[in-house]
Amino acid sequence: MTSRMLVRTLAAVLSFTALTAVPASAQIDLSGYWTRESDVDNGYSREVVDLLGIPVSADGRAKALSYDIASLSATERQCQMYPPFYLFTGPFPLKIWSEQDPITQKLVAWEIDGWGDRGGTKIYMDGRPHPSPYGQHTHEGFTTGSWDGNTLTAVTTHFKMGDIKRHTSFNSDRATITYRFTRYGDLLTVTGILEDPVYLAEPYVLTEIFRQGSGASGFPLTACEPIEELPTLHENPALVPHYLPGENKWTNELTQNRGIPVEAALGGPQTMYPEYRKVLKDTYKMPDKCKVDCGTAAPAQVSNAPAGGRGAPPPPAPAGGRGAPPPTQ
Amino acid sequence: MKGVSNRFRLQAAVVAAMLAAAGAATEAQRGNANQPPQPAKVAAPVDLTGNWVSMVTQDWRWRMVTPPKGDYRGIPMTPEALKLAQAWDPAKDEAAGEQCRSYGAPALMSVPGRVRISWQDDQTLKVETDAGTQTRLLRFGTKPPGASPAATRTARSWQGQSAAEWQMAPRNVPVNLRPADRVPGVAAPAIGKGGTIKVVTSNLRPGYLRKNGVPYSENTVLTEYWETFKRDGDQWLTITTLVEDPRYLRQTRLVAIPFKKEADGSKWEPTPCSSRW
Repeated sequence: MTSRMLVRTLAAVLSFTALTAVPASAQIDLSGYWTRESDVDNGYSREVVDLLGIPVSADGRAKALSYDIASLSATERQCQMYPPFYLFTGPFPLKIWSEQDPITQKLVAWEIDGWGDRGGTKIYMDGRPHPSPYGQHTHEGFTTGSWDGNTLTAVTTHFKMGDIKRHTSFNSDRATITYRFTRYGDLLTVTGILEDPVYLAEPYVLTEIFRQGSGASGFPLTACEPIEELPTLHENPALVPHYLPGENKWTNELTQNRGIPVEAALGGPQTMYPEYRKVLKDTYKMPDKCKVDCGTAAPAQVSNAPAGGRGAPPPPAPAGGRGAPPPTQ
Repeated sequence: MKGVSNRFRLQAAVVAAMLAAAGAATEAQRGNANQPPQPAKVAAPVDLTGNWVSMVTQDWRWRMVTPPKGDYRGIPMTPEALKLAQAWDPAKDEAAGEQCRSYGAPALMSVPGRVRISWQDDQTLKVETDAGTQTRLLRFGTKPPGASPAATRTARSWQGQSAAEWQMAPRNVPVNLRPADRVPGVAAPAIGKGGTIKVVTSNLRPGYLRKNGVPYSENTVLTEYWETFKRDGDQWLTITTLVEDPRYLRQTRLVAIPFKKEADGSKWEPTPCSSRW
């Protein structure tokens, strides 16, 4: 073998090795349809005031207690979108696909489709920076991602104020979300950490599990169309349904229905830590039996909240769409 | 002709040797060279040891307090399970010495409390909980009890037998999944090597998924994926949990439970099992 041949051969071997070597970070394919599978109450609140385990700040609690869901019946608010955290609390599946660079074929972004009431999420993978803090805030926000081993991690900023749990609590427009997308076979676990210097005193973490499906069924992609929902709002367009401080009449609903003390219903970081059980041990009064929203073979459900309109809590027989709870197991 | 043939053979041999060397180098980079498997403790791609606290942000009204009889929302129970749950009697459990029924492995990580993780030996990760004072042993290099010979199975217990394995990043990544070239001037993020533990647990004593008597049977198989990550100085742990019990569950129960790491064990507070609280 001549030295020239040896050099050529060596070059060929090195090229082959470079092409087949493992990159510094590993990636997996997330594309497809994913149906929501986990058995948790992320988006479910039967009671109007339910901040259990939500680390709201004093401002976050005040915001929650001033909110009247009937405000969503105002024509200009009916098509108001949910913030990106609705990925964890909404009832809908995920559709994920990738966008490639047309020249290199490398991954520019992962995209998560929107729903009728949630904007899509585009996770840029090319390292572009987030906008200035003064940049435009949108329903979708701005998201970048990178890989941590098998896990896609992403951060969303620049989204609008919105509802983070079934109309009971909110994020401000200064919030950020960190996501972790980890695939285990046909399951996809998504962990989300919401941080908000205005309405949260500590990070709020939720998880959701999805299972890979075969189709897009369940995607409510129709456009929202405002209609007249409550005559009172039509008669008085200046009315914005709300509760003044100290006037929210639903603060003790969890106590009446489930024996859970009002202090716990009003949330705060202390309510998500195990030691809070010491407080509950003396204040929780376990009902003799489940009275409301009992799941399998539930007794007849009792609602002591107002009926009708968007201001009402979810009806006993849940219907799909906004304001409705996820299906009862 | 003969000279050409010999030269060709020599060239082929050199190429083959170089390819083999290149392959071995790649394997060695990954730590998978033809060597005896490393002990799990040494091979660990991530460090799970330390003190963790469960973050009760989900299913609060079924975890932080004992729900009343009949509150079964969120659990896909079979009719047989429902019948059993409606007969729940905590006094009867106490009298039978069965206070730990709601602290078995399929429910334990959902119980609010603190978790202490340490290596018991090179192949065994020890997971202790202060709530109920339970200990789980995640054994690497073993088969799930269902696949093990009957002779190697131990008596059924609340925590059963757990076979663990590290799950690492895939070897080859198609070009269309590799991130596009970065914007000039923007530093690449620090990339962790990741790594998850898969744990399969069976050989369980029958117990409760929820303290108010929602049952799981002795044939339950629990599969978990333990994943940890850091964010702004905080370290988090998510345990994706699949509970399969054809007798008492209509479908696999799926939950993912978040934990946050604590600096030390100063909040560790062992409490005994309770069938009422």
